[in-house]
Amino acid sequence: MIIARVVGNVIATQKQETHEGKKILLLQPLDLDDNPAGDVIVALDAVDAGVGDRVLAVMEGFSAMTSVGHIESPIDAAVIGVIDLVELA
Amino acid sequence: MILARIIGTVVATRKDSRLEGKKLLICRPVDPDGNDDKGYLIAVDTVHAGYREKVLVVQGSSARMASGCKDTPVDAAIVGIVDAVSQD
Amino acid sequence: MYLGKVIGTVVCSVKDPGLHSQKLLLVRRLPDGPAVVAVDAVGAGAGETVYVCRGREAAFAFKQEVPTEAAIVAIVDDVQRTL
Repeated sequence: MIIARVVGNVIATQKQETHEGKKILLLQPLDLDDNPAGDVIVALDAVDAGVGDRVLAVMEGFSAMTSVGHIESPIDAAVIGVIDLVELA
Repeated sequence: MILARIIGTVVATRKDSRLEGKKLLICRPVDPDGNDDKGYLIAVDTVHAGYREKVLVVQGSSARMASGCKDTPVDAAIVGIVDAVSQD
Repeated sequence: MYLGKVIGTVVCSVKDPGLHSQKLLLVRRLPDGPAVVAVDAVGAGAGETVYVCRGREAAFAFKQEVPTEAAIVAIVDDVQRTL
C-alpha cells in the first residue's frame, strides 16, 4: 500500500459498468516527507475520501476490486483508508 | 519477498472494515547488508514486529496468504522478523 | 489505473485468437509517459483522454479471455484537478 494525496476527480460517462456509482479519484503518490513521488494515478474510492485527504491506496487487483464490491472487474487501485497520522520512528 | 526495516506506523480511522485491528507499518526496503534502498511501502504486520526491526515482507496477491490476511485488501504483509542474513 | 491519451491505432494481422476483433490502441500515459498498446473496452477513439487499467486485472474488462495487461476502461469527460 502507498500513501497518496487526493488531488482531483475524474469524470467519465462512458466506462466499465463496475466503475459506475463510484468516485474516481486522482491520486498523487507521496514520499514520507509528503512530497510528490511519481506520476498521478487513478483509483476508485471505497471510503468516501475527498480532495485534500491523505489516503491509503492499495495497488493490487483483488484488494481493489473487493474494496469497492466488484470481483472480476478491471480495477487495479482503490482508496481503502483515510490517514489520520503517519508516525515515523 | 524483500528485506525491509520498520520505520513508522500509519493510523487511519476511516478504512475498509477488513483492515480493522490490523497494524499498518511503514517499511523501508534494505539491501542484504542492511543499507536502505529507495522508497517505502506500507505493510500489514502479522508477526508483532517493532520499530527498527529487520523484517521479511511479501508483496502482491501472495500477501493475502499471510496469517489473518485471507480475503483482506492487503498488498503487502510482514511475515517474518529477520535474525540474520549471511552472504557467500 | 492511469490517465492516457489515445494517440494511434495498432493493426496486427497475425495475433493471438483472444485478440481477434479487439481494437488495439496506442495510448500515451499523461502527462508525458511512455506509449503503450492497450485493448479498448469502451469504444475510445483517437485524441480522447481515457483511463487505463493495468496488470492482470485488465483482462476482466472483457467477457471473453483476452491476453492483455492494459485495457482502456473509461473515456474521460473531465479531469478536475484542484490540488
